[in-house]
Amino acid sequence: MSMINYASREINCKLVYYGPGLGGKTTNLEHVFGKVNPNARGKLISLATETERTLFFDFLPVDLGTVRGFKTRFHLYTVPGQVYYNASRKLILKGVDGVVFVADSQLERMEANIESMQNLYDNMSEYGYDLTKIPFVVQYNKRDLPNAAPIKDLQAALNPGWPLADPAKQKAAPDPAIPGEFLVQQLPTGEWVERAPILEAVAVTGEGVFETLKAVSKLVLKSLG
Amino acid sequence: MPGASSWSFKEEDFKAISEQMNSLLRETNVKSLLLVDRSGQVVANVGEPPQFDPQAFASLTAADFSANDQLAKMIGEHEFSSLFHQGEKESMYLADIAHRVILVALFDSRTTLGMVRLKVKVTVEELTRLFEAMFARGETAAPKLEGFASKEAEDEIDKLFG
Repeated sequence: MSMINYASREINCKLVYYGPGLGGKTTNLEHVFGKVNPNARGKLISLATETERTLFFDFLPVDLGTVRGFKTRFHLYTVPGQVYYNASRKLILKGVDGVVFVADSQLERMEANIESMQNLYDNMSEYGYDLTKIPFVVQYNKRDLPNAAPIKDLQAALNPGWPLADPAKQKAAPDPAIPGEFLVQQLPTGEWVERAPILEAVAVTGEGVFETLKAVSKLVLKSLG
Repeated sequence: MPGASSWSFKEEDFKAISEQMNSLLRETNVKSLLLVDRSGQVVANVGEPPQFDPQAFASLTAADFSANDQLAKMIGEHEFSSLFHQGEKESMYLADIAHRVILVALFDSRTTLGMVRLKVKVTVEELTRLFEAMFARGETAAPKLEGFASKEAEDEIDKLFG
């Protein structure tokens, strides 16, 4: 729910980092917190357990700068990844403008990824939000690990695409971030599908973190026009 | 509805909201009043400038209210329309407005809970009318910002990330 204040010429948008537990959502925010000029960001608020697992959410407000004369402020939230915390996870999605799904690339986390993605679709639809129509990107995190699954396997499991009925949009569109991957593509069956843009990341070193934030905030700001 | 609903308000709306809040401030002697939307954004703020990060405060307020809504449902209530948090010196009283916004009153021993509750009730009614009229106009929904889909806007966004 972006809030536009014409009096102060400010736009406030809400981004939510979603994904399975221990996938790197909080690490993404911590990296942004560490790298952004302190004048351009607020405090990083973490509602976490004693063992530093996110209990309710992490929150970080970031001023991106001015676009078309409007000050743009993004509120970054993470959700608790553990299955157990679904009630609080769902609350964070209220009024969301853009979603980043942080997937854990490790082979053994494939099932947790799939479960979390399904949970995201379910929780969004309970609010009446359609994930295929709002700004949404997928980040494949932990790409540096030796047990990281190949991108094409992750794509097949987590981002196979949704049917694209509009003939005007049925034109093959490569994903600019990953060679060989497509945002819009015709399947061998003849069906056209659209996918969420993807990014590779190693959040602990910061690799891909800002690229992800840029990709999703660009989609959000464009959606306002 | 394609995505999450957006909303915006005009200068005259903002003025009317601020007037209501300022009059409540004078009548109750609370330290400050904040208006926060349900997604956790600060809408307005009057009174003593807060000594804390208002954005963090707003996000926690929204979460607080949402969590309490769920608790209400669990015990068979539709909602808790107001919440009160009592501290040793500082207290806060939160009230729902039109299911979209939360009014937060921060106060200390210079006033009483009874007074705050009484006066907030009247302001909540006024603000509910204001917000409902704003939402009913439809102008608050999914506003389109001129030029945001343009190439120039895209270049500006690219520049922000260096």
